[in-house]
Amino acid sequence: MSGHNEHTSVDQHDHVPSYGKNVMIWLVLVALTALTVTVASVNLGDYTFFFAMLIASVKAMLVINIFMHIKYDDLLMKGILVACGFIFMVIFVIYSFDLFNTYTG
Amino acid sequence: MSTTSVDAHGHSNNHAGHGYGDNDQLYVHFHRDDYGSKFGMWLFLFTEVLLFGGLFVLYYGYRIAYPQDYHHAAMELNIVMGAVNTLVLLTSSLTMVLSIVALRRENIKASLLYLFITFGFGATFCVNKYFEWSAKIHHGIYPGSLELQESRPAGEVVFFGLYYLMTGLHTFHVIVGMVVMVFCYIFIKTGTINSDKYIVLENAGLYWHLVDLIWIFLFPLFYLLH
Repeated sequence: MSGHNEHTSVDQHDHVPSYGKNVMIWLVLVALTALTVTVASVNLGDYTFFFAMLIASVKAMLVINIFMHIKYDDLLMKGILVACGFIFMVIFVIYSFDLFNTYTG
Repeated sequence: MSTTSVDAHGHSNNHAGHGYGDNDQLYVHFHRDDYGSKFGMWLFLFTEVLLFGGLFVLYYGYRIAYPQDYHHAAMELNIVMGAVNTLVLLTSSLTMVLSIVALRRENIKASLLYLFITFGFGATFCVNKYFEWSAKIHHGIYPGSLELQESRPAGEVVFFGLYYLMTGLHTFHVIVGMVVMVFCYIFIKTGTINSDKYIVLENAGLYWHLVDLIWIFLFPLFYLLH
């Protein structure tokens, strides 16, 4: 653990986050919010759900990577995040099959 | 459970389960593990994701079962209110980050100001939510209401049930985040949180961003998909 300690502190001192970059990311997030509201008023049929979730996912990635600065964290933190996301996706996909089978099959 | 502390000279001291002897007292006092602290916060955040994740899956399941009812029910929600609250939370996430940046640059005043603004945005979110819920309740739409029980199809009852449960649980998280901010504000004032020891503020920030993250998904799912 002491290895991580030193590693992280070095990283953090190397990367003192700037005001400007965070403001830029915020502007992108606001723009994406405007986009998702606009897209919602257009009838895209079956794709509406897909697009809304796609934009939400892009926003989530920006928040996780920059605001929660996972981007600058070490491999262990990133690894756990990806593993948890993957397990959730597996549960979600398996459950989806069951749902579609029950209600639309 | 082994704990590791690093003293001022960078030497690592391992207290592996045994009781602290007289010689260890000094190190116990200086015990600090920022990495472990942050890691623990992330693990906690994953349990939060599981909590909300389960509810999202439930939402999704009923959406497939009652697609038409979901569409009709979502039309009744106020997009403007939802969008304003989205902007409020996104901006509060930014000011939270700026508070940490300012602290790390040893600009205590700016850090406190940004934290105060973040708290203000949290309060704004709650006030918006209050008006939004009040309007719905005024129209007789709330869990167990006569309107829902007698004149609405099952899918709409489920939709509004999930709406109150999920946005309610989320708003509760906003309030918890605001309470944490009050403590952070006091700790920065007293110097307990400073430009070298900012992990507490950073963890509070992580929690606040998670609250923002959940809203990023709640907003389109409840307000936009009609």
